[in-house]
Amino acid sequence: MSRTTLVEAPAEIAAVPAVTPRRVRPARRWWRLASPVALVLGWELASRTGLLAPEKLPAPSDVLATGWRLSQDGTLGIHLLDSLTRAGAGLLIGGVLALALGTLAGLLRLGDDLVDPPVQMARMLPHLGLVPLLIIWVGIGESLKISLVALGAFFPIYFNTYAGIRDIDERLVEAARTCGLGQAARLRHVVLPGALPALFLGLRLAIGAAWLSLVVGEQVNAQTGIGFLMMEAREFSQTDVVVLGLLVYALLGLISDLALRVLERRMLTWRRGLRAT
Amino acid sequence: MASRTAGHLNDPAPVLTAHAVRRSFGPTVVLAGVDLAIARGEVVALLGGSGSGKSTLLRVLAGLDGEASGTSVVHGTAAVVFQEHRLLPWKRVADNVGLGLSGPDSTDRIRRALAEVGLADRHRAWPAELSGGQAQRVAVARALVREPDVLLLDEPFGALDALTRLRMQILLRRLRAEHGFAALLVTHDVEEALLLADRILLLDEGRIAAELPVDLAPTRTPDDPAFGALRRHLLDRLGVPTT
Repeated sequence: MSRTTLVEAPAEIAAVPAVTPRRVRPARRWWRLASPVALVLGWELASRTGLLAPEKLPAPSDVLATGWRLSQDGTLGIHLLDSLTRAGAGLLIGGVLALALGTLAGLLRLGDDLVDPPVQMARMLPHLGLVPLLIIWVGIGESLKISLVALGAFFPIYFNTYAGIRDIDERLVEAARTCGLGQAARLRHVVLPGALPALFLGLRLAIGAAWLSLVVGEQVNAQTGIGFLMMEAREFSQTDVVVLGLLVYALLGLISDLALRVLERRMLTWRRGLRAT
Repeated sequence: MASRTAGHLNDPAPVLTAHAVRRSFGPTVVLAGVDLAIARGEVVALLGGSGSGKSTLLRVLAGLDGEASGTSVVHGTAAVVFQEHRLLPWKRVADNVGLGLSGPDSTDRIRRALAEVGLADRHRAWPAELSGGQAQRVAVARALVREPDVLLLDEPFGALDALTRLRMQILLRRLRAEHGFAALLVTHDVEEALLLADRILLLDEGRIAAELPVDLAPTRTPDDPAFGALRRHLLDRLGVPTT
């Protein structure tokens, strides 16, 4: 008996802030920066006083200096470009494939019957666990890294394309029909813009999965790339370069997410109107 | 726009004919053979209780139901206004009105159609920024801009509040007087049918159970004794006790 009350009570409490959403005041937002800044300062202080051994974790200022040095001599640029090329190629291949199959399954009943079941089954495989099999299939070269990224990007884009098309209000399609829109025009004016919000969500998840796949892929016999830079630095115990690699990975994720948000806001202006009222 | 249809006013050929329309959902027969003809410029109200099949019939006539049997022909162009506005949320008002429209004068036609429903200044708005009545007026403009010979109206004001509904009924009467389009108005509102229609069809159990010409002056009001008599008669037919 007491168990049911314990479960129900938090749900009621959680419902209260949802009814009256409070705006985060700017002062409070700045205040939220305090602990991250304090952490970095503490890290710096601990390194400077020798509390942290530099071979375990170098000071943030040292990491930044290493970053500056490597970008000045061009090393960072070369490796970054290689990583970006892999991520871009993988995203493009996986994304186009997912978009095509997701559209096929979302629009046509036959496509749904043929495509969706195997994709649903394949989804259960953790794609990073496929590395040994992929090495046997495509070797340890560039194709391994791109295949991994493509696999990681495929599933979120496929599922969101499928769901985005399926969630379109049938009544809008019907209204477009009464306005004399043919199949192709309905796809362009109703289905595509209607599925766009879901597509953006899929793309954001796919980019996250792409970076993750890249981190794993570049640690398998890479000759270039940020992952290679880190693995090489580990052998020479250059901890500052290893930490720098992590920082670059984090920045790449942050920047790509931010860029996508800006694009989303520009392409989905009509949703802002939705929120304004 | 007005002159084009006005020329056909004396034309005896109907603008819409339907013959032996049947539709069933599984074992339930919704339409059991409906015959119907609408003359040019004539407004016909299709009255019936909920579940009488009136919306199903309109969908068949609009060509939105592929599984009905029988024939239905529109001589000319038809446009549909649904109970919900069904505007595309990702298109601005003007683009919604002009959906599927082409030609160099389309911008001009969109502007005129919006002006006619009193929303000329809202052409840049998103549908989500409009009130229910405004959105429905845009839906009317989207139908009007196609210069239809017959308007198919599926309880077009059913989702609006009482005051807005009255304003919309007046608007529709004015537009009809200007453009002379024919219309099939599906409604469950007896007063609405009497205010707007030249002829009322009663749909019951999938058949046209009764046909009733509305011989009232064009500027009719519910205060008219003849209006009251017709209203009582119709409610009686629909099985609603009036005393």
